[in-house]
Amino acid sequence: MGKLFAVAVTVITLISAALFVTHTWWLPPDISVLGRGIDGQITETMVFTGALFVAAQLALALFVWQSSDGVATRVIRSFPGGATFMVVFACAIVSIELVSLVFVGTKVWSSIYLDAAPANALHIDVQAGQFAFYFRYAGPDGKFGVPHPELIDEGNSNFFGLDPKNDTAARDDIISASLVVPVNQPVLLTMHSKDVGHSLFIPELRLQQDFVPGLVIPVHFTATGITKTEVVCTQLCGLGHYNMRAYVEVLSRDDFAKWLVDQAGQ
Amino acid sequence: MDTVSASITEHAPAAAHHHTAPTGWIRKYVFSLDHKVIGKQYLGLGLLAVCTGMALSWVMRYHLAWPDKAVPLLGLIAPKFAAGGVITPEFYLQVMTMHGTIMVFFVLTTAPFAGFGNFILPIQLGAEDMAFPRFNMMSFWVTFVAFAVLVAAFFIPDGPALSGWTAYAPLSAVGKASGPGEGLGQTLWAVSIAIFCIGQLLGSLNFIATTLDLRTKGMTFMRMPYSTWAWFITAIIALIAFSVLLPACVMLILDRVAGTSFFIPAGLVVSDTLQPHSGGSPLLWQHLFWFFGHPEVYIAIVPSFGIVSTILPVVCRKPHLGPRVLIGCMLAIAGLSYMVWGHHMFLSGMSPTSATLFSVPTLIITIPSAIVTLLWLGTVYGSKLRLTTAALFCLAFISVFVTGGLSGFFLSQPSIDTYLHGTYFVVGHFHFVMGVAAMFGIFAGTYFWFPKIFGRMMNETLGKWHFALTFIGVYATFMPMHWLGLTGNVRRYSSFPSDYMHGSLPLHRFITFSALFLGGAQLIFLVNLIWSRFRGPIAPANPWEASSLEWDTTSPPPFDNFGGVHPVVYHGPNEFGVASPRGDYVMQTDPPAAAAAV
Repeated sequence: MGKLFAVAVTVITLISAALFVTHTWWLPPDISVLGRGIDGQITETMVFTGALFVAAQLALALFVWQSSDGVATRVIRSFPGGATFMVVFACAIVSIELVSLVFVGTKVWSSIYLDAAPANALHIDVQAGQFAFYFRYAGPDGKFGVPHPELIDEGNSNFFGLDPKNDTAARDDIISASLVVPVNQPVLLTMHSKDVGHSLFIPELRLQQDFVPGLVIPVHFTATGITKTEVVCTQLCGLGHYNMRAYVEVLSRDDFAKWLVDQAGQ
Repeated sequence: MDTVSASITEHAPAAAHHHTAPTGWIRKYVFSLDHKVIGKQYLGLGLLAVCTGMALSWVMRYHLAWPDKAVPLLGLIAPKFAAGGVITPEFYLQVMTMHGTIMVFFVLTTAPFAGFGNFILPIQLGAEDMAFPRFNMMSFWVTFVAFAVLVAAFFIPDGPALSGWTAYAPLSAVGKASGPGEGLGQTLWAVSIAIFCIGQLLGSLNFIATTLDLRTKGMTFMRMPYSTWAWFITAIIALIAFSVLLPACVMLILDRVAGTSFFIPAGLVVSDTLQPHSGGSPLLWQHLFWFFGHPEVYIAIVPSFGIVSTILPVVCRKPHLGPRVLIGCMLAIAGLSYMVWGHHMFLSGMSPTSATLFSVPTLIITIPSAIVTLLWLGTVYGSKLRLTTAALFCLAFISVFVTGGLSGFFLSQPSIDTYLHGTYFVVGHFHFVMGVAAMFGIFAGTYFWFPKIFGRMMNETLGKWHFALTFIGVYATFMPMHWLGLTGNVRRYSSFPSDYMHGSLPLHRFITFSALFLGGAQLIFLVNLIWSRFRGPIAPANPWEASSLEWDTTSPPPFDNFGGVHPVVYHGPNEFGVASPRGDYVMQTDPPAAAAAV
């Protein structure tokens, strides 16, 4: 039974490792500036943990194979170096990992959250609600109207609670059910929720961020490839959570300018 | 090996059992003060809960694989929620919420900590009972009431809560305006967990007091078995963790029924209605919940550390490598477990600087975890393994703990969490490191201590079949979840209408087949459990040639554990691979002279 266990552990380990190494199931292609750093971090961690995974599982299999031969006269052996070796080894491995992953990872994290969005970033206001995203562009005047929660009326398409009668800035705000952005231009999203917690996840952009009621959360990105993909909700928000999604369109700058003009005219 | 040690000394009259053996059925089997009965009651509750939780997981998995098909028999069992057996999105989330809540609270906390701990800890310490037997009884029955309140939600019109086992506010706080399942069902959830906290606080206090005060003569801290160390450390973790979750649940209940706004900010428009709340913070709930929630991972897993570390020297027939280091690592894990809760909240909108601060201790906590794993491997190295079913589950525990622990490296880094948070990668990770690893500890403990608890041996052939199928089933079920997560497949979805997730369906079906296979394997365990309870061979006092005190009394132990005598301890629990009159081990009560004689 011990040898069977050792074989099972070895087979499971090698099959699992092979499926990771061959990228049989892997991340979708990256189309963002920030994605390169995240993907590099994932690959580095995969190599590091993959090596530890294979080494630890095969060591377990080997030790069990050797120790389960049922020979009554076999002499018990202590592990060379004893517990001291184990402590030093674990500390060394994790320290290397801390240095290589945390410091590099902090740089990636900083570029996402601690660095301010570039001054030329396109500002899009995003509101999440059960079970849809709405995206607001400032319109020709370059200003957003002030939202009033008490004026939100989805039946009349006033998703943000705008007051165009009294607020001139709100009159030309463009509301879209899709996130449409120009390629290679920084985009700043200001995210807020009107009801419960939600989250915005765009796998190709390596972008995920929660909406927290009561907070306005900024996040920025730059898409590098023209594409049409999806944004989905990853924070449990109620019965329609599974279907809370919208399309993301990355257009050329000309097409985006044309789209903006078309939307403003509607 | 079957005889009770002669070195046990006579009981001092002053130390007579502080409550007498009951005679009535109710006091003996229902409202019992005996820690052994209470331990069995906790294990029974854990078994009931795990069967319920596993059945719920089958419903979820079947629906994910075939979202448009009726789940067999479900239309008969739950016609109100799944007419014709077809699951609605809200019922899926309700089933998911109940699965998570039942498994985390009523299985992973109840069985390895309260269940085994109650039965075994006092005996391993040489005590006659827990320090506070009435608190102990109260602890179980309060926990039972908590379970009843939680499950009662299946029988109310709206059904159970659907906000997940984490019950994030304001979804969980604003009431039924936010949708089905957020009415009375969510209130029952919060009430149930608050009651559960009270039960665990009573239990934790008892474990700590018993360990500090009721150790028998010679039982120094360093002579305590590792399982007792683990339960003691877990009790300390639980005492702090549940002390925070209890008021958090009370605040949630008040938000729901008394109009307070602890977790609800101003200006929320739910179902087109402006909510009459202001001033609250949804992040406050997340901080309070995860301040409990991350230590809860260790409440579930540290007892299994102790169980595995106790069984390994017995089945390896050699001392555990680095016993002091092992205990130090468990203590370090307990301390660090309170510094890492923010890694569940990297994307929550809290300060991005905090994410870095929480990331570092999260990675540092891998140091003691890695050391413990290496100590287990070093203990297996060069040993004379006796491959009992308990031994196999201990070895498999090491394997799944390594797998689950390593995937945690990804999620501890905020920049990677930006992609993997909210995906099936997280589901695969915590099922391995917290769910399966803890369950393997429970299985190891069951096969190891069953003879002591029930006085009969379990069937080893059935046990090994159970082990083999479970081990394969576990990897086939939970490893593919990591791959799903890498593709961006989102968790907590009742189906996958998104274009990019369509391709995940074949992998989901594979996982469903594996989960059903894994569940089927557990029927072998159930049959073995029931058959062995009534028909298993009579167990000797010490069938495994183990060294700790529970093996120094009859199987099962008498009411006062040692038959009116107090054991005196002369050795640690780790003396294996030594020449002694017993063979290759020394029991803790063996007098020094006898142990030295060859």
